[in-house]
Amino acid sequence: MTVHKFLPNSDSSITTLMLEKLGLQSVEDLYSDVPNDVLLKRELKLPPAMSEIELEKHVSERLSKNKSYPNYPNFIGGGVWVHHVPSVVDEILSRGEFYSAYTPYQPEISQGMLQSMFEYQSQICELTEMEVANSSMYDWGSALGEAGRMAVRVTHRNKILVLRSSSPERIRVLRTYCEPAGAKIETLEFDKKTGLASIDYLDSKLDNETAAIYFENPNFLGVIEEESESIVEKAHSKGALAIAGVNPATLGALKPPGKYGADIVVGDGQPLGVYPNFGGPIIGIFATRRDPQLLRQMPGRLIGLARLKDKPERYGYAMILQTREQHIRRELATSNICTNEALFALAVSVFLALMGRRGMKELGDHILAKSHYAQKRFEEEGFDSPFFKGPFFGEVSLQTSIRGVALAERLSEVGIIGGMPLGRFYPELQDVSTFSFNETHSLSDIEKLVSSVKSAK
Amino acid sequence: MYRQAVWDEPILKHLSREGRVGYSLPPLDSEFKSKIEDLADLVPEKMRRDKEPNLPQLSEPEVLRHYVRLSQMNFGIDVGMYPLGSCTMKYNPKVSQRICRDPRIAYLHPYQSESTVQGILEILYELEHMLSEIAGVSSFSLQPAAGAQGEYVGALMMKHYLQDSGFGNKNEMLVPDSAHGTNPASAAMAGFKVVKIPSSEKGTVSVEAVKRLVNQNTAGMMLTVPNTLGIFESDIVEVSKQVHDAGGLMYYDGANMNALLGRVRPGDMGFDVVHINVHKTFATPHGGGGPGAGPVGVVSKLAPYLPVPRIIKRDDGYSLDYQAEKTIGPIKSFYGNIAVLLRAYCYILSLGREGLKTVSEQAVLASNYLLSLLNKSSYKPTTSEGIPAKHEFVVSASPLKRRTGVSAGEVAKAILDFGMHSPTTYFPLIVSEALMIEPTETETLENIEAYADVLNSIASSSEQEKEQIMASPHNTSVGRLDEYHASHPGSMILSWKELDQTEKT
Repeated sequence: MTVHKFLPNSDSSITTLMLEKLGLQSVEDLYSDVPNDVLLKRELKLPPAMSEIELEKHVSERLSKNKSYPNYPNFIGGGVWVHHVPSVVDEILSRGEFYSAYTPYQPEISQGMLQSMFEYQSQICELTEMEVANSSMYDWGSALGEAGRMAVRVTHRNKILVLRSSSPERIRVLRTYCEPAGAKIETLEFDKKTGLASIDYLDSKLDNETAAIYFENPNFLGVIEEESESIVEKAHSKGALAIAGVNPATLGALKPPGKYGADIVVGDGQPLGVYPNFGGPIIGIFATRRDPQLLRQMPGRLIGLARLKDKPERYGYAMILQTREQHIRRELATSNICTNEALFALAVSVFLALMGRRGMKELGDHILAKSHYAQKRFEEEGFDSPFFKGPFFGEVSLQTSIRGVALAERLSEVGIIGGMPLGRFYPELQDVSTFSFNETHSLSDIEKLVSSVKSAK
Repeated sequence: MYRQAVWDEPILKHLSREGRVGYSLPPLDSEFKSKIEDLADLVPEKMRRDKEPNLPQLSEPEVLRHYVRLSQMNFGIDVGMYPLGSCTMKYNPKVSQRICRDPRIAYLHPYQSESTVQGILEILYELEHMLSEIAGVSSFSLQPAAGAQGEYVGALMMKHYLQDSGFGNKNEMLVPDSAHGTNPASAAMAGFKVVKIPSSEKGTVSVEAVKRLVNQNTAGMMLTVPNTLGIFESDIVEVSKQVHDAGGLMYYDGANMNALLGRVRPGDMGFDVVHINVHKTFATPHGGGGPGAGPVGVVSKLAPYLPVPRIIKRDDGYSLDYQAEKTIGPIKSFYGNIAVLLRAYCYILSLGREGLKTVSEQAVLASNYLLSLLNKSSYKPTTSEGIPAKHEFVVSASPLKRRTGVSAGEVAKAILDFGMHSPTTYFPLIVSEALMIEPTETETLENIEAYADVLNSIASSSEQEKEQIMASPHNTSVGRLDEYHASHPGSMILSWKELDQTEKT
């Protein structure tokens, strides 16, 4: 046995003292009830312990093989974005009182996290113009999966229509979640020229077996669904729910989904103060209307205001409606989710507190202005851009003479990360990529991108 | 005596003042605007936001102070002992926190070209193999974001495997009555019928009970070892055999793996599918509720069913494969909670092969030591005489409640006043007035003794000072909350908008 700095009783003098008080000879006696044939008779094949110095060198040596922002500008979107994370977010997230806590099962001693979650829910409601938001899901993809299952439960129908212009990876996650519940996922083709949903086609696919229709704003091709309101109306006219997926960083300028009638809103809070982290952890947004049926069927943890028992004029916060959840309802729960992404709900809350309403508007303006500037520059250089002619926001589609995968490789050689080759997900779009723009990009970053794409022709 | 901060901190909305800002963005150069006539016109009218989101306006110092104050009204393992059973609240190493702030991980985008992410892929590939060795299985997927998601993945893989093997009829999942709620919930989500296994008098799953319940429809069994009572399932070999003989598969819920590192491997006990809660056993922070990570490992026959993408090692480096033919599909976007997994990697390397074994020994020692100090006439153990508990144990406060009227829930509230977190209460469901206690290996002998003293003193003072105990906690930011009305449809308040509407009326 070895003494270790994380293990305060690991020195043999202390261990022996504790064993003696238990009337035991050795630590082996603590496992006397374990059948001999399942005991491991050898050491684990793992490296020996590393000191902090060795560990930091070891990890750093590996990480040096990565290329990342801020050394390289990053132009990839598609569900995770490289945005600026304000310093105050880091500062708050490194408070051990927050990050080293468990789920707030004892509310009296956990008011800090509970109030933050209540504020997060409130901020998401303001941003999306929805009435109820839960305190987080794992990510956008699994939030969509849960939304699909919820729609099936609420409507007692089993068909879910999905615009094929939604993130293909999220559509796959939706299948993993919903097909075991007996749901059929049907994808709807987008208009090849504009990247937009075709309303008549969509209407023809809606029937009285349809539980929900899912679409994204902006969609995976970067296009704004101009007819969002019609999509929702068509869904409602057949008794189906409308699920909208949103990038919340655009909502300072883009119409909030609550205003075009969405029943369930999903998205990722990642662009609001969370590092991309190679795709995780990020944070799923889940919001709905204050309809008793929707609320009852909602997955995930909800924080509500709770009054003090002895002073009802004063209030605190507590987890509520827990009877929907697995620890109470077991196999009849609305979801199995337990651990969520609370710490990143806190990050989003701090971010939105800093940005306020003006900041979100300004952020939206940055994304809009820079993406449109870049598109104009591509056009000036003779590219067919945007490739999809529908109105776009943030992400610019571009057709090139070489395949998108090869283009991304060329760009990485000259110190640029991006774009996203759509051919990875759409076999028919091998020569189309999207490039994402936001507040982190300077004029010279964009000029470098345009000239590098041009010379990679 | 503990005194938690009491700030009466207003909600952000009530701190807002028109005109304040807490952000700074670079100016939008006139160059950008030179090619654009009017920004507003870039969004079609139908899709324009007509009114800015009604978010509060605060300056940076105010925002910082607000959250620092809130943090002071929150209790974490960095503040004090947190022996919440089944949650393995151990110390979170700070070196891992520092490493994860490195921009070469924090700013990586999941859709970057593989040539630009070789370092992180190498780390993840190594972690998959380290976890396979620790769990005694053939391969791991790091994708699931939490234990519950790992369970769902595991149940789906079992389902697909059985279907492909011509046993689509197998639709019953055996789950002990002492199991975590996520087990039955995950099995049901995957489309299984949940069959409850009653615990034996010893608190374990008996061979007899399993024999009675297995049949041709048995798809498998979900089990945590040691179980939620902190008892090692001593019949595990025979139980696994019964399930396997019936053509079923064994699922290991890794919530309690902190007892077994380097000593017992789930694969060697006959488990076919294993998930690991890295936010428990591998010391990654719980984040006030998340994020965690719930990697899933399998024996070789189930490996083709693992979620995609899979990390592949080639001669020229690592790549991500999305195309595995039999995969159950992805369970979330991208490849998992990478920054959490990197912390687990750092933890394993910090401890090394010997250190990990010591971790479990020390966890089990701490648990037995604490149990030995408790007053058994108030807190009745659920382990049998002569059988050591594992990393956690459960006592019933029924004797205390019968004698004084003070319940497990009251004890849990009274503990808070001492600057220590309560045990898990009323779980597992099969024990009345349950207190589930897991001190972990990172608490000192002195803290463990102090915790026992507190529990014993609550018990011994519960007659004379009953009123005081029933009204506790007194030293936390708030006293007891009316959780019933907080969840009542007539009085439920879910956002500040609803709060302001209520206050107006």
